Amino acid sequence: MIISVRGLRKDFTVRAKAGRFRRERRVVSAVDGVDLEVERGELLGYIGPNGAGKSTTLKMLTGVLVPSAGRVRVCGLEPVARRTRLARRIGVVFGQRSQLWWDLPLADSFELLRHVYRVPAAAHAGRLARCRDLLGLDEFAGRPVRQLSLGQRMRGELTAALLHGPEVLFLDEPTIGLDLVSKQAARSFLAELHRAGDTTIVLTTHDLADIERLCERLVVIDHGRVVHDGSIEALHARYGSRRRVVVDLEAPLAGPPELPGARLESVAADGLRLTYALTGATAGEVVARLAGAGELRDLSVVEPDIEDVVGRLYAAPTGVP
Amino acid sequence: MGFVIATETAARQATIWSHVRICASLAAAGFRRYSTYRQATIAGAATNITFGLLRTYVLLAVAGGTAAGLAAGYDRAQLTTYVWVQQGLMVVTLIWGWFDLGDRIRSGDVVIDLLRPVPPVLAYFAADVGRAGYAVLGRFVPPVLVGALVFGLYRPARWYTVPLFVLSAALALVICFAGRYMVNATAFWLLDTRGIDFAWVLASGMLSGLYFPLRFLPEWFTLTVWIGTPFPSILQAPADVLVERVAPGPTLLIVAGQAAWAAVMMVACVVVQHRAERRLVVQGG
Repeated sequence: MIISVRGLRKDFTVRAKAGRFRRERRVVSAVDGVDLEVERGELLGYIGPNGAGKSTTLKMLTGVLVPSAGRVRVCGLEPVARRTRLARRIGVVFGQRSQLWWDLPLADSFELLRHVYRVPAAAHAGRLARCRDLLGLDEFAGRPVRQLSLGQRMRGELTAALLHGPEVLFLDEPTIGLDLVSKQAARSFLAELHRAGDTTIVLTTHDLADIERLCERLVVIDHGRVVHDGSIEALHARYGSRRRVVVDLEAPLAGPPELPGARLESVAADGLRLTYALTGATAGEVVARLAGAGELRDLSVVEPDIEDVVGRLYAAPTGVP
Repeated sequence: MGFVIATETAARQATIWSHVRICASLAAAGFRRYSTYRQATIAGAATNITFGLLRTYVLLAVAGGTAAGLAAGYDRAQLTTYVWVQQGLMVVTLIWGWFDLGDRIRSGDVVIDLLRPVPPVLAYFAADVGRAGYAVLGRFVPPVLVGALVFGLYRPARWYTVPLFVLSAALALVICFAGRYMVNATAFWLLDTRGIDFAWVLASGMLSGLYFPLRFLPEWFTLTVWIGTPFPSILQAPADVLVERVAPGPTLLIVAGQAAWAAVMMVACVVVQHRAERRLVVQGG
């Protein structure tokens, strides 16, 4: 396992005013007993609502925050005690922070990082060439970082995090604030990186499209606890997300038919649009039965929506929708 | 895509030479970083020169008012040199106006510094040496040239005075950097460091000999400040070395005192950084 976490906790002491002179101390658990095992080459989505403990976990995994309890190993190292050594073996991208030198051209930052991480010139040049190719850096590599657009800067950040050939790449909201084209570029790059299979990627994001397109495994954290660890399909199966069949009829039926293996979810447009959630039947069976009951004008099959199930997961007080 | 060569970096052991190379590249980046702001350099140098003129005339007036034409033992050429060298050195040492680290602590960006395989104190110091290098060209040379052209400067009599001054100025940079770093690092504990910043500005201006040579004050006070605080080592010491204000023996003592303060301040700086890291709570998400 390249990342191994057992019983990870982080407690913060919060002081609140409790009278004219009195202050009350309260212990808040930002991370409350997280267990996590990540294999080399995995691409893991680590999601949760604001304040769930995602970034706190990431900080403990990278060695910049001391855990209150639990055991953490990243690349076989204890992050806090071996932070400097670990720094050579991991890459980190924080969507809202920059590791580039603000006043210098992007290319200078890359060259500087080569020295800071003591990367052999040939390896550095090879990785940089791949990033230039995949992320289209050439058009703005000569410009100072402060003059780059957010999308350009983020492409620079991704490159900067990879130039020393990290075994694990931690990404904390890397697509925050990006436009669609830049998001797409970042996603394609990460997908390509994952396909190569030698970099483990831990991705924290609020953009569920990132998760859907990139992650095979999803860990959902809420109130500091892991409430789901598995595939997106497993999440849908566990929380009852269903595929849906939506049909538009030529004329309303006298009463929407009850169908075995499907549940009528809604009737709209004066009875002309029916939506059925599939609870066992196939889409074909449902469509065939509906076609038998009345003339169909249009139909569509809607895949389960990750936004929907995750939204319900976040809203539920115990993390169970 | 084949990005990882996992054993490659792990196998490359840190050597002193590799640290020197890292520091050299960070220093070069520090130099380039400041050299991008040329208009600010010109404006800053003009301000230094204006205040240099003011300070010179005030001190010359003081010296002119005495029977021997000496002010606290400095003659006219020594006084003008004292002023103009300090006008440049205050920017080379950057005694005021450095908030980079404090700002990064407050914003949480300091986390990036901690995720690099270089100790933060070393990385900031290397970058500061580069900045100081640029300041020598852009902010030290112009006022000293103006001072030389308008008033004339003191010509050292001893052969070793100029090299000793260079050493003294380098030690002043180390001491000042460490002081600034610790003032900024208080942001790890206090979110608002304006009080500490103000105390630093006040103390460093008064006690470093910038407003007036410390030798204007009673001897017991000067000696106490000189031995008990690092401030005179930042501006008073290099200026006194260059104008040969005291005999050769005491001059060497001044530089030895600076070396001792440089060591104490850097050790304190590393200890502060270490303690800050231990109790690290990064601001924000």
